[in-house]
Amino acid sequence: MTTIATLDLTPRPGAAPLHRMVLAQAGAEIRAMLRNGEQLLLTMIIPILLLVGFSTAPLVDVGDGARVDFVAPGILALAVMSTAFTGQAIATGFERRYGVLKRLGATPLSRAGLLLAKTLAVVAVEALQVVVIVAVALALGWSPHGDPLWAVPLLLLGTAAFSGLGLLMAGTLRAEATLAGANLVYLVLLGLGGVLFPLDRFPAGVQHVLGLLPISALTSGLRTVLSAGGGFPGGALLVLLCWTVAALALAARTFRWE
Amino acid sequence: MPGVDSTFESTPGSTGGAAPAVEIDGLVKRYGSTTAVDGLTLTCARGAVTAILGPNGAGKTSTIEICEGFRRPDGGTVRVLGLDPADAALRPRLGIMPQTGGVPPAARAGEWLRVVSRFYAHPLDPGTLLGLLGLADHARTPYRRLSGGQQQRLSLAAAVIGRPELVFLDEPTAGLDPQARHACWDLVAALRASGVSVVLTTHQMDEAEKLSDHIVVIDHGRVVAEGTPESLTGAERQLRFRARPGLDLEELLAALPPGSAAKESPSGHYIIEGQVGPQLLATVTAWCATEGVTTEDLRIERRTLEDVFLELTGRELR
Repeated sequence: MTTIATLDLTPRPGAAPLHRMVLAQAGAEIRAMLRNGEQLLLTMIIPILLLVGFSTAPLVDVGDGARVDFVAPGILALAVMSTAFTGQAIATGFERRYGVLKRLGATPLSRAGLLLAKTLAVVAVEALQVVVIVAVALALGWSPHGDPLWAVPLLLLGTAAFSGLGLLMAGTLRAEATLAGANLVYLVLLGLGGVLFPLDRFPAGVQHVLGLLPISALTSGLRTVLSAGGGFPGGALLVLLCWTVAALALAARTFRWE
Repeated sequence: MPGVDSTFESTPGSTGGAAPAVEIDGLVKRYGSTTAVDGLTLTCARGAVTAILGPNGAGKTSTIEICEGFRRPDGGTVRVLGLDPADAALRPRLGIMPQTGGVPPAARAGEWLRVVSRFYAHPLDPGTLLGLLGLADHARTPYRRLSGGQQQRLSLAAAVIGRPELVFLDEPTAGLDPQARHACWDLVAALRASGVSVVLTTHQMDEAEKLSDHIVVIDHGRVVAEGTPESLTGAERQLRFRARPGLDLEELLAALPPGSAAKESPSGHYIIEGQVGPQLLATVTAWCATEGVTTEDLRIERRTLEDVFLELTGRELR
């Protein structure tokens, strides 16, 4: 029988291939997200409740057309923000606090590999959110007009922009401050970003400023390609690209790993 | 994210093949106005267990974290397996056990160890390792629900799972119960028997004395003594016994050869130093007989590492 004393620990060091490391870490991140009750509330339950509530009850005046046609693209944008920004910021902030990022830094998994794993995990959870939200919206009578393929670059660039903002927050603030801040930003952007309340209800001057928020770009872009049947959402993609570059550049300069 | 630019001086031509496990020369580390490591120089041999011993705040963790690549030195040079500690090529070759934490609180013990094992080309089997460290029943337990000892053992498992050449253990047995402590000692012995180099920090004398080939005592960020456990405790012997408190040591000393010393510390515990041999033993027992004193636990032994340590680092609390 093997005991600790007879265990063969002869050195045989070596790093696993990058894809194996990244997939293992991404799997761990996905499991962590799906098992965390607060995260599920934020990423699944709240978006679905808002989708059902605002699609069936006359809570806001969305103009002509079916309510769900207006609400569904906004909820898709909210789903991206909840996972890529709020969930990721909080999780990463606490990983920093608990020395998890530092400990991972002592393994062969590089920082680039870790970020790749986090991105894969976020995209996987978002894919799950999109499937559930689209299914519920269709059940509520949603009839998308336009080419849903244009939604893909919007969702991906939105993910990149919100991930950058989430990591910027997680890498600089204390974990508790990130927890409070990320939730606050989520609420503010939910209210001001055209997710449920049309931006044209705000005064004209304010509208222009709000239109430059990443959440507004994502919701208006998704509405253009999914409800209005519009083509290439150039303006929305440009706004999201600017946020992505700025947030990731700033996060790269300021991120503290412990 | 910040690049891994290095501020270390490089040693041209070092291949790392036969280099010592750790080579530190004139290391300095400051935090603000505090100097944690103050010109520390030491070498840890390949295939040996080196214990870095020192009181709290002596600079042990700073030194080991610089070797692990977590911190940058403010001065001096550090080579680990002949390489700059920031060199990514070192990561698969090192196993590290941080003093605390490093594991997501909600992660299940078995799953987390399996994920870590997937980072290495030839890992040990996570299930086997969990079993050997007495964690088989806790494979599905979240890290935060494990006891302190179980958390330490999981951390230890992660340090060796990648079959490293060099293992850093930062206070591996702090706060462990006796069983867990022995499991840790067995693992260090197995590492040594398998040819793995081990560098550990501790402030437990028995641990350093039992496990290591080489002990480095550091204090105030400097090496104050180093050597094998035997060379540190020296050849000097002491006669120790217990008896009723308050014996008249002046009178005893008068009977002993010149140059002897006697002290009572703590109360009822006596230590006689000097030419400890049959003659001195006979003198002491004869004196006790005339005084009507019954001695208990009478023994001759070397100074303990603890004596040496307290002599070197002082007795004051800090």
